Formats: sequence, structure tokens, C-alpha cells
Amino acid sequence: MFWDRESEILARPLLERLQLGHLQETVRRVARRVPFYRQKFAEAGVKPEDIKSLDDVRRLPFTTGADLRAIYPNGLVAVEAHEAVRLHTSSGTTGKPKAVFFSRRDIRNSAELMARSLVMTGVTNKDVFQNMMSYGLFTGGLIMHYGAERVGCLVIPVGPGTSERQLMLMQDFGTTAVHILPSYALYFAGFLAQRGVNPRTDLTLRRAFVGAEPHTEETRRRIEQALGVDVYNSYGLTEMNGPGVAFECEHKAGLHLWEDHFLLEIIDPAAGEPLPEGQPGELVLTTLRREAMPLIRYRTRDITSIIPEPCLCGRTHHRLNRISGRTDDMLIVRGVNIFPQQVERILMSMPQVGPNYVIILDGLDDMAVKVELAAAGFDGDVEHLDTLRRQLVEKLKTELFVRPNVELVPAGSLPVAEGKAKRVIDRRSL
Amino acid sequence: MTSMNLVAVFVENKPGQTARVTKILADARVNICWVTIAHSGSFGVMKFLVDNPDQAVRSLQEKGLMVSRLEVLTLQAPNQPGSLQAVADCLAQGGVNLANCSGFVANNRAILIIETHDLAKARAVLEQQGLHLLTQEEMTSL
Repeated sequence: MFWDRESEILARPLLERLQLGHLQETVRRVARRVPFYRQKFAEAGVKPEDIKSLDDVRRLPFTTGADLRAIYPNGLVAVEAHEAVRLHTSSGTTGKPKAVFFSRRDIRNSAELMARSLVMTGVTNKDVFQNMMSYGLFTGGLIMHYGAERVGCLVIPVGPGTSERQLMLMQDFGTTAVHILPSYALYFAGFLAQRGVNPRTDLTLRRAFVGAEPHTEETRRRIEQALGVDVYNSYGLTEMNGPGVAFECEHKAGLHLWEDHFLLEIIDPAAGEPLPEGQPGELVLTTLRREAMPLIRYRTRDITSIIPEPCLCGRTHHRLNRISGRTDDMLIVRGVNIFPQQVERILMSMPQVGPNYVIILDGLDDMAVKVELAAAGFDGDVEHLDTLRRQLVEKLKTELFVRPNVELVPAGSLPVAEGKAKRVIDRRSL
Repeated sequence: MTSMNLVAVFVENKPGQTARVTKILADARVNICWVTIAHSGSFGVMKFLVDNPDQAVRSLQEKGLMVSRLEVLTLQAPNQPGSLQAVADCLAQGGVNLANCSGFVANNRAILIIETHDLAKARAVLEQQGLHLLTQEEMTSL
């Protein structure tokens, strides 16, 4: 199903022509209206009229998260103050948050992209959409809300609440789709099991949209299994409007990035140079239609790669592979680069292991993985638990090239995060 | 049935866990007849023989504990030299390998609790030799 068929299946040459026009327009606007970019362009020795092809984007300077923090609160705004109608910020766990401004048209566009994303998974105006993401400054609540409303769903704007309340709403209003953090989806499935609620027969859920936390294919399969739903991966970031930047279609084979709104590059994060199509690197995005706060070559710090083959759904917008990590999240243990997702993939491939885990770095350079046992993983036999623990150590060592200590703990003994799950605790005294 | 159900509980290996579990059992008016606690690194497993396993499992699960039932054989033999050896001989001849075992004497009766990965075979071997396997009721009213 298509929401905006014409835009979604636009032939590549036409799509690229459209991108170039929007890129040139964006570069002209920021050079005129944003002193930060005027200065950056001057330092790089580039003028708006130098952008003659899409490849010329490489001549433009990068924008980083640090730039956004440095210029906080509103140094990148390209419209008159009264033209901005909405403000969102990143969580700002380290110092100042990143503030992002939206004009009326930006809000409409982000809702439009969100609507495309939902409809391509099969959502219609008959769906009852329970949005379990946090509302407020976090984009995951409101941006998704506007998109689902635009499709015509009945939207239940519950936000994060107790599991009892979520379940009551699902039962009373016949919820068919949820927007949820993957870590919470797994927790919620455990809650349902404890309550004796079988989601397949007692609820009407059909789809879950998960995002805001990097997660693995194994986690998707677990959520699908546990909740009896189709799970679709949603990619977005506050700096690029939040959710609806890239989304999976019905085939669940990579995320279509809406290229008529974002110009996509994959670069070598260390060298800053573009990588050949298909090779994994850091995703860099330039907004093509943003009015209030255009961003040029924004370093997302997310690691992914382009899937060059066309998708069976017929959409021409390139697909990205699942985010395999954030350059920010990368851990260096005993000189080895490790992404938490590698650990997650191994853990979630073992049915005896539950959804909640934490990686603890301690001492000089010791790595421990604490993971909760699944109900199915306990038969009363200490020997079986020891075997499982040894298997986990071996599998992790093979994947990571570092031998971690593995601790099995009872379900429910690790803290459950209110928002995004905290998976790494670094207490090293290096 | 001549096998018995133990209630096994998976807990973190840290102070206070035994008190936490036994308080739940006490509050549920469950009587504990026998217990072992084994630990391995970060975790421990407690095994209880109780008068009401259903109630024990229900109460522990309601409090969020990870619980499993474990089927064991409980054997009664005379309190005299050579009893254990006679039982061990039977099992050896039947080719039964033992896992965890524990034994004690109560009311002048020798009791042996046997965990094995081949419960059916062990039961057949012992019953064939005319050894008395206790039921849950017999065991809990010793």
C-alpha cells in the first residue's frame, strides 16, 4: 500500500534531479540566513553556486552534534523567530541538549513522511494506534502521533505508563498497532505472560513499530514471537525530525530512507570520505526540505550501509541495513572495538536467555555481561545453568574476540529503564 | 505416583535471598520438610520439599521469583549398616547414573532423595528390587 505513490516510486533519475534542486535551494538559504553556515562555507572555500551536481555535496562541510550543542539554543534557525511553531530536543544526557525547531510546513512534512512509513507496512484508517512512546520534548511521541492521525487511525496518546494501564487500553479500545521501545516490548510481553494474557487470542494487536533504541534482528523475532505481531523497524533521530526518516516496508528487508526529503551519504567515520555503495560506514544526512532548521551533512554517528538492489515493493528510495551500532556506543575493551548490538545478537539467539541484559566494564579492562534467565531456561538443574553460562562465554568470545565474564541472574532482577534502556555501565578506572 | 516434586528456585547469590524466599513460603503457610541450597558464581538454586508444592509455586511466582518443579525419587531403607550399599548396588546393576543425592535418618528410617536424568529407569530398577519409594504424602508426614 502507498500513501503518496507518485513520490514513493519516482524513477531514480527524476528523484535525483529533484534532490539536486532542493539541495541547491537549501544551501542558498542557509548561506543567506544562517551565520554559522556562512562562516563554515567560507572556511571550506565553497559557495552555493559551486553545487552543480549531487556529488558536489562532498565539498560542503559537515555539521556535528557538537556543533548543535555549541550553538544551542537557536543558532541554526533559518526562519524568523515567529515562524517556528514547535521545539523538540534530544535527551541531553551529557550537558546541553540539541534543540530542533519546526515550522508549520516542517510539521506537515514530518507527519507526511510518517504517514508514508506507516501505510507501507499496511496501516490504514481502520487501525487503533496506541502510542506508548514518551510525549513532550522527545520526538518519538508527537511526530508519530501526527503521522498516525494523518493516516486516519484512532490514536491513543497514552505515552509511557504502567503496563496495567497499557493493557487496559488495548483491551477496552481494541488496539491493533503500537509504537513502543523494543526493550519495553519485551518487558511488556513478560508482563502479559505473568498476567496469563495470551496476546494472540486475548488482544487484537497486529503490528508493532519499534525504534529509538538500536536493536537486532534477533530482538525483532523475539518481540514478534512473544506478542504475536509483525514488528517493523523505525529509524529516526531528533536532529532529522525524529521518527519517519527511514522505515521498513511490508517486506521487512531494510529501511527505505525518504530520499526526496533527506540526502543520504555513507562515509568512513575516521577519514570523512564517502564509501562505495553497500559498504558499512557512518550515515550522513542533509535535509532537503526543512524550513526552520536545515542541516547540512549532519553526522548521525549511526553505522549502516545502503542496500543497492531495488526492493520488491517497488519503492525507488534506497534501503538502509539495520543500524549496526553508533560510533558513540562503540566500546573499546582490551584494544578491541565492540558494539553492544554484537552482544545482544548472541544473547537473543539463545532461547534460555531473557530480554534484559547489561554490559559492565570494570576494573582495569574487564568485561562482564549480566543477563536475565528466561523462564524456559530454568529447570532446577545447576549443571544446565553452568553449561548455558559456558556456552554464552564461548559464543561471545568468538563474536567479540574478548572473553567476557557472564553472570546469569533471575528475571526481573536487572533494572527496567523508564525510557531508553541503559545497556552499558562503564566503571573502568583506566 | 511414586516420584516427588521438589520446588526449585533460582536466585541471585547475595545476602538476604534465603530469607526472602522462606518468608514467602512461611506467609503462604507452606511447610518445608527438606531443603538444599547450591550456588555457582553469581546465582544460587534452592530446592525445597514441601507439603504443598502447588501453593509454594504459586506464591513464589506471584512474588516474581523464577521457579521450576523437579521430579525426584525418595527411597526408604532400614536404618542399619549396608542399606545404602544395597541400594547403590541395585542402581549400579541397572546402569543408573545419579545426579544430586542426599540422605538422612528420620524416626529411625533411612531416607535417600535421588535426582537422576533417567528417572523412569531408576524407578523401574528400584521397584523391581522391591524397594519402597515414598509418595509426597508419606515423605511430608515422616
